Amino acid sequence: MKKVIKRIEELAKDIGKDINLMEVCGTHTQAVARAGIRELMPKNIHLTTGPGCPVCVTAQEDIDAIVNLALAGIPVATYGDMLRVPGYYGSLDDAREKGAKVFSVYSVEEALERLNDYPDLVFFGLGFETTAPMTACAIQRGLTVYSTHKLFVPAMKALLKIGELKIDGFISPGHVSTIIGVKPYEGMGVPQVITGFTPEDILVGIYMLLRQIKEGQANVENEYTRSVRKEGNRTAYKIIFDVFEIADGNWRGFGVIPKSGLEIRKKFSRYDAKVKHKDILDKVDFGKSRHPTPCKCGEIIRGLKEPKDCPVFGKVCRPESPIGPCMVSVEGACNVAYRYEKQ
Amino acid sequence: MIRASPVQFTKMCLAFPGKIISIKGDEALVDFDGIEKEINVSLVRGAKKGDFVIVHAGFAIQKLSGQSAAEVFRIHEENEKSN
Repeated sequence: MKKVIKRIEELAKDIGKDINLMEVCGTHTQAVARAGIRELMPKNIHLTTGPGCPVCVTAQEDIDAIVNLALAGIPVATYGDMLRVPGYYGSLDDAREKGAKVFSVYSVEEALERLNDYPDLVFFGLGFETTAPMTACAIQRGLTVYSTHKLFVPAMKALLKIGELKIDGFISPGHVSTIIGVKPYEGMGVPQVITGFTPEDILVGIYMLLRQIKEGQANVENEYTRSVRKEGNRTAYKIIFDVFEIADGNWRGFGVIPKSGLEIRKKFSRYDAKVKHKDILDKVDFGKSRHPTPCKCGEIIRGLKEPKDCPVFGKVCRPESPIGPCMVSVEGACNVAYRYEKQ
Repeated sequence: MIRASPVQFTKMCLAFPGKIISIKGDEALVDFDGIEKEINVSLVRGAKKGDFVIVHAGFAIQKLSGQSAAEVFRIHEENEKSN
């Protein structure tokens, strides 16, 4: 890999100007920090973190909705990290302490198993195209879901459109691409390399991006050929759209991004918690969800701030007592920075 | 390579490579460096014993094949030289 690092240094020198490369997958955030890749980069190559952590981009309104369902006596199951993210009405963990039935699961299979004892159970579905197929399978098998699932490419396009940060290239997500393939990324006008998760993969991905930048290209290349096929995983992709339809999605840090959300189709509405428990949700005061906090997660998600720029980072906001989701999730920029970079 | 650990199986978004030890219908037993777990393989057509798969939140999402990072790099470098 010394050769790759040497080539990165040569390309950086040839390019000469400051270059911002953004990784947009939580697993990349973690792998970059763990392998110390930032420290290996030439001075003019900057690696920033984008909206790749699904827990982090989940909107406060959705957290407040699921916490209120739990507090109203509806049993709730979701992926582990989500339990600790605080909303205005507390976190799911707080609701559990108050007596609500809240379960942490590794997969939807575990949620389906709980249906025997808790037929009213609601699964809080979150994540991008990587977890949406599993939720879709579970809905087909009778699991009721509160969907906050999101499509990833619209967020990348939104970042470019907002234009707050000059993005010279995307280290595009390996597992989202495993499902959606290469084509959806085309036409963005920015160099992209779909990249795997070993330190070698990431270095080669950066090298490929710098080559494109030097040549003035804006292509979508695939470094992670081990898992990403050009057409993606059509079985998984198809099941998403059998169960879900595209709707506007609510993102922390962005607000509503048109056509970036996945809502349950009408034919499965009996498994849609937003329909089934409308009476409870209608009584929730979501005005409170916009209550300001000192947490800078929103700007960190958009790549504008680093964790250390946040006034509460590492002080009152720590992994054991998080203020915002970026400190809760193991893929969150703040959690990663706290574990790997805080000296 | 990010390796699986029991703790990480509580984390939703990390995906791991594993090897299919046995398979029955949509359910497979997958070995992650010594940790064995039941995994749903319904999203990967034609998955069979001995295949390496990428597993995400309890489901296999793809069979692993294709080039390593080192091979991808070598091919790019050769292309540059021949241009």
